[in-house]
Parts: sequence; C-alpha cells; structure tokens
Amino acid sequence: MNLQTVAHINSFLAAFVLLTAFGMLVQKRIYSLIHLFAWQGLFLSISTAIVGYVAGRHHLYISSILTLSLKVILLPYILHVLIVRLKIRKEVETIINIPMTMLIGIALVIFSYHLTAPVRELSTLITRSTLAVALATVMIGLLMMITRRHAVTQIIGFLAMENGLFFAATSATYGMPLVVELGVALDILIAAFIFGIFFFHIHTTFDSLDVEQMARLKEGD
Amino acid sequence: MLLILLGTPLFAAVVLAFVGDRRFAPEVNIVGSAATFAAGLGLALEVYAQGPMLAGGKFFFVDAFNIYLSVLTSFVSMTTAVFSRRYMRREREHGRVGHIGMRFYHAMFQLFIFAMLLCLLTNNIGVLWIAMELATLSTVLLVSLYRTPTAIEAAWKYFILCGVGIAQALFGTVLLYFAAEKVLGEGGESLLWTNLSQMSDKLEPTVLSLAFVFLMVGYGTKVGLVPLHNWLPDAHSEGPTPISAVLSGLLLNIALYALVRCKVLVDGSTHSHHAGDIMMGFGIISILVAAFSLLRQKDIKRMFSYSSIEHMGIATFAFGLGGPIATFGALLHMLMHSLAKSSIFFTVGHASQMHWTQEMDKIRGLFKGNPLVGWGLMFGAMAIVGMPPFGIFTSEFLILTATMKDAPLMTPFLLLGLGVAFAAIFRRVQQMVSGEIPEYQKPMKVANVPVMLHMALVLVIGIYLPDFLSRWFHTAVELLK
Repeated sequence: MNLQTVAHINSFLAAFVLLTAFGMLVQKRIYSLIHLFAWQGLFLSISTAIVGYVAGRHHLYISSILTLSLKVILLPYILHVLIVRLKIRKEVETIINIPMTMLIGIALVIFSYHLTAPVRELSTLITRSTLAVALATVMIGLLMMITRRHAVTQIIGFLAMENGLFFAATSATYGMPLVVELGVALDILIAAFIFGIFFFHIHTTFDSLDVEQMARLKEGD
Repeated sequence: MLLILLGTPLFAAVVLAFVGDRRFAPEVNIVGSAATFAAGLGLALEVYAQGPMLAGGKFFFVDAFNIYLSVLTSFVSMTTAVFSRRYMRREREHGRVGHIGMRFYHAMFQLFIFAMLLCLLTNNIGVLWIAMELATLSTVLLVSLYRTPTAIEAAWKYFILCGVGIAQALFGTVLLYFAAEKVLGEGGESLLWTNLSQMSDKLEPTVLSLAFVFLMVGYGTKVGLVPLHNWLPDAHSEGPTPISAVLSGLLLNIALYALVRCKVLVDGSTHSHHAGDIMMGFGIISILVAAFSLLRQKDIKRMFSYSSIEHMGIATFAFGLGGPIATFGALLHMLMHSLAKSSIFFTVGHASQMHWTQEMDKIRGLFKGNPLVGWGLMFGAMAIVGMPPFGIFTSEFLILTATMKDAPLMTPFLLLGLGVAFAAIFRRVQQMVSGEIPEYQKPMKVANVPVMLHMALVLVIGIYLPDFLSRWFHTAVELLK
C-alpha cells in the first residue's frame, strides 16, 4: 500500500469514529448506545492496526488488540449485563433537544480543528489530519455527559472520551509508549469495575439510575 | 530504599485485603503505614547525603521537591492510620460500616497511599497520570463507604468530574509527548521528566502552551481549583473522616505537584510567564470564591473542605507568581497546610462522633466535654487561618511579601480572601468550642497522639525552620526556577 492510500483509509476510519460519536450524541435508546460505542471501538482498533502496520510500530498492534478486547468486547458486555440485571429499558431524556445538541456538536468539531491547527502544521505523520477528529470525539463525549442525566449514558460518554484520547495519541504521535498504554488500559478496567458497583449502589439507594435525583448536596441548606 | 517505600503500601494492601475485618486489622494498617514512613525517612536520608538520584532504570526519580512530599505523605498517612483505629472502630460499633466495608476500607487506604507515592516518585509523566487516576479510583468507593444517598451522590460526582478532568490532563500529556518526540525521539525515554527538563528549551512553545491549558484544567480539577472544584466539598465531607484527612491533606498536594512539574517544562519552552499567569488567575479566584463560600457553611467538614480549596488556591497562586520567595512560601505552605488540615480533620472527626452530627450549630462545649478535642480544634483553626506563631503564618507572610513586590495589584484581593476566611472560620470554631456541654454529647476515647504531633510540628516549624528543611526548600526552589 502506498502512503497516500493509507492516509485516505485512515481519514475514512476517522470519519466513522466521528460519525459514531455523533450517533451516540443523538441516540436515545441505551442498547443502541452501547452498540454504537462498540462500533467506535472497532473503527479505532482497525485504524490503530493499520497505522501500526504502515509506520512499522509494532507496539501499536498490542494497543489495537487491547482496544479490541477491552472496548469492543469486554466493556460493552459488562454494560449489557448490568443493564439486563438492573432492568433498564427506559429511553434516556436529553436536557437540551437533539437538533440543538447536534449544532453544539458541529461547533465543537470546528473548534477542535481550529485548536489543533498549530499541531497539525508541525506534524509530519500521515495521521496528522485525524488529530482534530480525536479532539472532537473527546469534546462530544464531554457534551454527551453534560446533556444526559442518566448514570449509564454518563459512563458511555466518559468511555467515548477515553476513545477520543486514545485516538489522539495514535494520530499525533503513533501511540504513547507501551507502559503508558497498558497503565491507561488498567485504569479503565478498574474504572469499569467501580462503575459496575456504583450502578448497583445508585440503583438500590435511589431506585433508579437517573442522576437528576442526586441533588441533595447543595450549598447553603 | 525507593522500592521498599513503594512496595510496603502495596504489600500492606494485599495483606489487609486478606486480614479483612479481624480485630487486629487497624493495627496491621498502622504497622504498614509506619513501615512506609520509615522507608520514606530512609530514602530522605539517602537523598540528603547524595543529592538527586535516578533509580529503577530511570523509571523513578527523586529530588528535593518530591522527597519532601513523599516523607510528608508517608508521615500523614501513618498518623491517619493511628487516628482511624479509634475512629473506625467506633463507626463499626455504631453499624455505619459493615464487615465488607472494613476490609475494603483498609485495603483501599493502603492502595491509595501507594498510588500517591507512585505519583510522586515516578519519572515518567505518563505514569504520573496513571497513578493520579489510580489515586482517584481507589478513593471513590471509600467516599461512598457509608452508602447513604448523599455519600453515593458525592462519590458519583467525584468519580465523574475527576474522571473528566483528568482525561483533559491525558490529552495534555499526549501533546507534551508529541512535542517531546520531535526532540528526544520516540519511546518511553521522551516521557521522562529528567530528559524533558534538560531539553525543555528545545520543545515547541506553541504546542506546549496548548498542552498546558489541558494539563491545567485536568490536574486543576484534582487540586480543586475554582471553577473546577464542585466535587471537592462533597467528596471531602461525605466520606469517613480519615479519608477526608488524607484527601484534603495529601491528594490535593499531589495534584498540585503534578501541575508544577508540568509548569516547569512549559516555562522552559515558552520563556514567558504564560503558564504562571494562568495559575495565578485560577489561584486568586479559588481564594476569593472559597473564602466567601466559607461564610455560608453549616456542615463542619464542608467548611474545612472549602478552606482546603482556599489554601490550595494560595499555593497555586504562589507557584504561578514564581520567584524564589513565592516558591519557597508555596512549598512551605503545602507542608504546613497538609499537617494542619489533617490534624483539624482528626479533631473534627472526634467532635462529630461525640455529637453524632456534622452540623456546626449542634456541636457545643468542646472545651468542657473533651479538652483535647476542644483545644486541638481551636489551635488547628488558629493555625489554618494563619495566626502567628504557627507555620502557615510564615508561609502566607512570605507569599504576601512576594505578591507586593511582583504583583502589587493582586495584594488587596489576596488580603481580602485571607481576611474573610479568617473571620468565617474563627466565628464558627469559637461557637463550637465554648459553652456548656449539651446533653446529647457523649464522651469518648480519642486518639490524641496524631493531633498533638501535627500541631507541635506546625508550631515548631512556624517558630524555627530547621536548617535541613530550609536547605531542601532552597534546592527545590532552584529546581523550579
């Protein structure tokens, strides 16, 4: 494969990552959200493997496999099990209506392109153009956490942010050193256990996973 | 020595996970923490004799800046372990914590100490991030230990907000690595702080200033700087008091440490005061907002959590200001605040157990009820508001002098913040310690050694700064220039 083709394929996958991010932003049903999250992880994993192949960075294969097993298989599975156990079927309401959220999302993408412009100019890597997409994914994950008041969607937003960060690392620098990648993966794994426990605690205490109900700690009363 | 220092808490965590809720678990916890402290002292002596050193194939790095924080961390965690023995036993008797809860509590306490020490001692800024996240994760479930609705809410907030915040810091780290890779080549070597700090003037300034914004937001969330502080009063007030003591006294310091380490690199690259200005801005806003929030508090632990935000603001401001005097003041301030604040939380813990409430209006007559708790709280409050002869007076005085010299316009704001905080805390503490004993107050055995030890240290350092300590600080100031 010549570099030009690879750069194209990579941009194509980046577009898919961004597309799934937007998909998650508008998706109301929790099951579909998890599926979208898994798809995003899959695109990420393929993109990482391709970059690893072209750039000859073999530790990226490990990152790719890690992403595949953690973000495509394990985490969606855990979330799935938790949702079945806790019998969550309800659709999730957004605070701001969906067209508005989309517009904010688009603004965030433009903002990301603007912000990463100096970095892109300095970079010589074939993946440099995807850095903006990575930052946009982080921002959209953040937006999703703000606009949804449900514990599960907040977690998915959080994990989507993590995806974006991982993507940023691959596109800006061909991946962080392996020690760091492994450590981050470990942290995510621990976080997964913690939110699992949390869902149960919140569910038994508040009888729902709606974060809106958690508003007892306020100032001045 | 360094590996012993890191290994002990990790080992203790595993042991305590097996010991569980047996009668001697608190003692094992104390022994583990004491061993960590001994190792910390040993390492300090080594560094004192030999100067900065690298260990474990450049993976760990010790210099004057992180060694003093490591000794402080291991010391405070030891005294907290002593305090938590009595405190948690009483909570257990009252059924606020169950069987599993106790096992979990002890193991996670040690894991938390391990994470903090790893943060301090690692040379790799990527690993620094990982350890910071680990420190958050290990305390999240400790905050929700009591399983009350408010505790769970606080822990969830802590988990989500710090998770999001620290994700920004990871993006900052990625950008930093991007800049470093150009100069140092790829691989783990280019994330090593020692390599980066030598080459910092070759790093690309535009990328580094962008990276610093992300790092500031990320680690700033963990420092509890306004407006990223929302999680802090909740997390610090809803968890068990020993955890509040270590969160306020130690974890905030560690986050600030990470931020300052990054600032040194950014300064070296940009040759401007850009990073310092951002830190000063965050610092001064934190001081003011926290000081005025202090006035409105009704819950005793919440009030002292806001005071932590204020003091972290002061330290951040001083680091941002830069210059030898301000940096010296900031280092001293971190030390003093950590000792004074954890000691306050010890007395607050006992006071609230005596009344079974954290509401300040219901806590009364501590002088008569239990002189040690009463006077401990009184002296602690005097120390924390910066009255002479306590150590915080010294550090705040240094910072104020430096402000008047380098940023005179900021002086009135700083003074206003300090004044309001003084009034707010003093008014409340006065009410709680004086007066008659209310009938619902129950006498109890208290852990008096930790409080006295901390207060003695704060007092001694306030009156006479030991020679070795000031020499350490001077070396650290040189490093951070």
